[in-house]
Amino acid sequence: MSRRLPVGGRIDRRRNIDFRFNGRRYQGFAGDTLASALLAQGEMLVARSWKYHRPRGILGAGVEEPNALVQLFESDRTIPNMRMTEIELVQGLCANSVNASPSVRFDARAVNSWISRLIPVGFYYKTFMASQSAWHFFEKHIRAASGLGQSPRQPDPDRYDKRYHHCDVLVIGAGVAGLRAALAAARSQARVLLCDEQAEPGGWLLSSDEVLDGLPAALWATDAVKRLAAMSEVTVLPRTTAFGYHDQDFVTLVERKGDHLAGGTSPAVRERLWKVRARQVVIATGAHERPLVFANNDLPGVMLASAVSTYVRRYAVVPGRRAVIFTNNDAAYDAALALKDHIDSVTVIDARTTATGDFSARTREAGIEILTGHVVTEARGRDKVNAVVVQRLGGDDALDGTSRELECDLLAVSGGYSPVIHLYSQAGGKAVWDDSLAAFLPDSAAQSAHVAGACRGLRTLGECAHDGTQVGQAAARAAGFEPSEATLAPVPSGNAGGIRPLWLVPHPEGVSRAPKQFVDFQNDVAASDIFLAVREGFESIEHVKRYTALGFGTDQGKTSNINGMGIAALALGRPVRGVGTTVFRPNYTPVTFGALAGVELGDGFDPVRTTAMHDWHVRRGALFEDVGQWKRPWYYPRAGEDLHAAVRREVLAVRNNVGTLDASTLGKIDIQGPDAATLLNMVYCNAWSKLEVGKCRYGLMLNENGMVFDDGVTVRLRDHHYLMHTTTGGAARVMAWMERWLQTEWPHLKVYLTSVTDHWATTVVAGPHSRSVLQRICSDVDFDDAAFPFMSYRQGTVAGVPARIMRISFSGERSYEVNVAASQGLRVWEAVHEAGEPFGITSYGTETMHVLRAEKGYIIVGQDTDGSVTPLDLGMHAMVAKTKDCLGKRSLSRSDMARADRKQFVGLLTEDPQLVLPEGAQILREPSPPVPAPMDGHVTSSYASPTLGRSIALALVKGGLGRMGERVHVALPAGGTAAAVIGSTVFYDPASERQNA
Amino acid sequence: MLLIPCPWCGPRAESEFNWGGEGGIVRPLDSERLTDQQWCDYLFMRRNTLGLHHEQWRHTAGCGRWFNARRDTASHRIVATWKVGESDPALVGSSHYAEAGHE
Repeated sequence: MSRRLPVGGRIDRRRNIDFRFNGRRYQGFAGDTLASALLAQGEMLVARSWKYHRPRGILGAGVEEPNALVQLFESDRTIPNMRMTEIELVQGLCANSVNASPSVRFDARAVNSWISRLIPVGFYYKTFMASQSAWHFFEKHIRAASGLGQSPRQPDPDRYDKRYHHCDVLVIGAGVAGLRAALAAARSQARVLLCDEQAEPGGWLLSSDEVLDGLPAALWATDAVKRLAAMSEVTVLPRTTAFGYHDQDFVTLVERKGDHLAGGTSPAVRERLWKVRARQVVIATGAHERPLVFANNDLPGVMLASAVSTYVRRYAVVPGRRAVIFTNNDAAYDAALALKDHIDSVTVIDARTTATGDFSARTREAGIEILTGHVVTEARGRDKVNAVVVQRLGGDDALDGTSRELECDLLAVSGGYSPVIHLYSQAGGKAVWDDSLAAFLPDSAAQSAHVAGACRGLRTLGECAHDGTQVGQAAARAAGFEPSEATLAPVPSGNAGGIRPLWLVPHPEGVSRAPKQFVDFQNDVAASDIFLAVREGFESIEHVKRYTALGFGTDQGKTSNINGMGIAALALGRPVRGVGTTVFRPNYTPVTFGALAGVELGDGFDPVRTTAMHDWHVRRGALFEDVGQWKRPWYYPRAGEDLHAAVRREVLAVRNNVGTLDASTLGKIDIQGPDAATLLNMVYCNAWSKLEVGKCRYGLMLNENGMVFDDGVTVRLRDHHYLMHTTTGGAARVMAWMERWLQTEWPHLKVYLTSVTDHWATTVVAGPHSRSVLQRICSDVDFDDAAFPFMSYRQGTVAGVPARIMRISFSGERSYEVNVAASQGLRVWEAVHEAGEPFGITSYGTETMHVLRAEKGYIIVGQDTDGSVTPLDLGMHAMVAKTKDCLGKRSLSRSDMARADRKQFVGLLTEDPQLVLPEGAQILREPSPPVPAPMDGHVTSSYASPTLGRSIALALVKGGLGRMGERVHVALPAGGTAAAVIGSTVFYDPASERQNA
Repeated sequence: MLLIPCPWCGPRAESEFNWGGEGGIVRPLDSERLTDQQWCDYLFMRRNTLGLHHEQWRHTAGCGRWFNARRDTASHRIVATWKVGESDPALVGSSHYAEAGHE
């Protein structure tokens, strides 16, 4: 029976903490983890396994735990698959087992365990995925039956945060090597960041009864952390996991700042992502103990030996009364020493023929029973272990003699240690197999990484302490500091003893008939599954992993990978080094989406840009459309109006009276310098040399492939001063494009570009009465057509505000675009509306703008063009100047450009005038063509035209410019086709008389 | 994430930069006289180098300047950066560069 000792441990017995687990109330102490608190209450069965729903207990005491996963907290703050062994107990904490339904004590799906022989590895692929339709049928049941925890259904209410950090030496892991490395580096004045995943730095020191520098190990750790924290250049981060080692010593850490505070409330910051750029990195991440693989080794009550020591010494919890310790190395004897004074009996079963090392020597001196050359072949029990079967193991790894049963309620196991080389490997370091340690060790570190302590295979406290100091000094030196060779009291290096590699404990019944011998607890992968995978022809460890799911899941095989490789090697009859190793990738442990997203979500995800007149649009009930990051008024519905009715009213207002459009979002680039015209000549396909001051010109911009890329009007303000307009969505792209050419190809040109999009607010006044409206509020500009003709620009004062007025038109009507400083935009906009009231002035949105321009056949780049359309395809041959070069011009004379079947820009009129074609609809030559139908083009723009009282469409049609008057058929989404006739793109006012009306 | 030495600002995080493809490609001045093949070579043909590669980068979220970089495509290491109009510092007496098989 697992229980709490009356004294001892690093817990605060004055602070009781109430918590709930699987709906039941429990009490623990401050300093407990959820795992230690449950063990203190005698709870051994805390989880169900993933596939067979077998009862499972707590295996480890830290990050390596594969079994004891819970859904932590509830509702919107819940996190799935948290390891109980890492959850700090807080008041009101609530956690539930994953994988158990209806409860861990009675799990209905445990029936899977009885039929496990029928559902071996690969069963899913072979049975449920036999065909597509079979999988569709089975998938939802399988998904319900498997899987781990649940993601929250509501938005996360907590705040997450990110920060950058630069340091000279980053030390990862605050065990003995990490603490000594940090101290050594810090003494040289280097800026040091020390992080550790646990709540309390110290690592194994907190579980050890050894002595360092004359202090008990745990006290030494506390003292070292205090000394470090007192140094001004040192930052110590507990509860912080280094989860990724990226290029050029960029290491990502996640700091848990909230979940250990009183439960249920949102802390200021729940987690913080640290992006650390370090000059040098010390990887002191220690080693994880491996379990041993024998029959029923997953029963509750089977625990890693190191975890037993930790629960006894750190949490004052003894997880049983009669203990068997089963090991193949010396370190596990520490568990016997930790237990001996608190327990009825303890026996050590050591697979080694001779027990060597300091811990076995101390155990022998303590009079504890040791059986060398023996193994535990099977654990027995129903929901927890109650006995083990012990037998002699011969030198040839075969069982020998007769077996006997030993009663016990705790089985501590140790199969050796695997250095935590995840970050070392992520940095680019290669791992090499070491036979004497039966482990992968770091070879030579990549980037600026240094490996210290148990992570590079050192095993005794003395060796790790000494190594930490040396590596810390080396890292400081490499970062450009002079470490003081401070004399540290020498630490005896100790004797770690040998190891007998033992990947699979033989069972009299053989691998396939013996009770399951689990390798990967989290994914329910047994030794027999690996043998099956090898029998089916999977030889590479990478393939074995994928076939069996070995090493997958939330723990990524921290306790199982090496055992799995050892067993694959047995099955293949090769040495372990011949099976290869798998690659470690970030993340070391799961990282929440919250930490990765930080504040970049919701409104913080992408900026929203609004114009100076935005509030006015909102007040007038405008509906908005997103154009790039901009919010543009889409249309302004009045009571009872739908889109269609509102657009009809707005269009007719512009055609017959006067309308206003907020065009502030158009890109505006200020171009200054004596070579400005040269630049314009290169970036636009039409000519600019002869544009006079005070005049405007439409320009078409091509990329080097000759494809239309942007368009807009550019105004010559002064001799060496132009203002370029771009499309709303293309502003940044055009700016970057011109900058690149100027910087890289034409640095000799004297010309500067400045983005002034946000500096100006633009009110378009369009319609036959536009001039009359403006004349009422602008007295210093001569609006006579001779003095202020179409495509020209004047400066003046509108409503008392200095303004640039351009007489350009995207509607076909007489139109003036009034540009004022953005701060005055709303004032001028309102003044225009006041002046226009007698004329029934009507604000219009982007939808009406689109209809107006389509009636005139004006293109929208990106809607009527798609990056494969040239000016020639648009019928704009005249726009391409013959006498000068420009970007993309040479491409226009490529042979492909003359192809007769290029898609060309045309108008389409449906035979049914009320039918509005869907944009994107495919154009066919015949009403019922053979399948697959040859595509003849597609509709790019399509509207109901209030001006014409019928539908209009623009399209790209193969050879369209030569097919005027031809009848084509447009495929409709509901099936069938609609007949339409190819014609001019200009549906209204072909002589362009309206702009002077 | 790489640490890229901007020749104007010094070492900065990769996220501040944009990659601009192969560097050192000069736009032909007499494009009208080029054959389709020659124009196509300029437009589309790029080296696929394993090893040191001349590239253009822009410090977009910093000074906004385009510059040249010599990057090892195998290790991502940026060996050198230099301003437009300057010459590649790696070309000056570097055997490492010659070993990589470049002229």
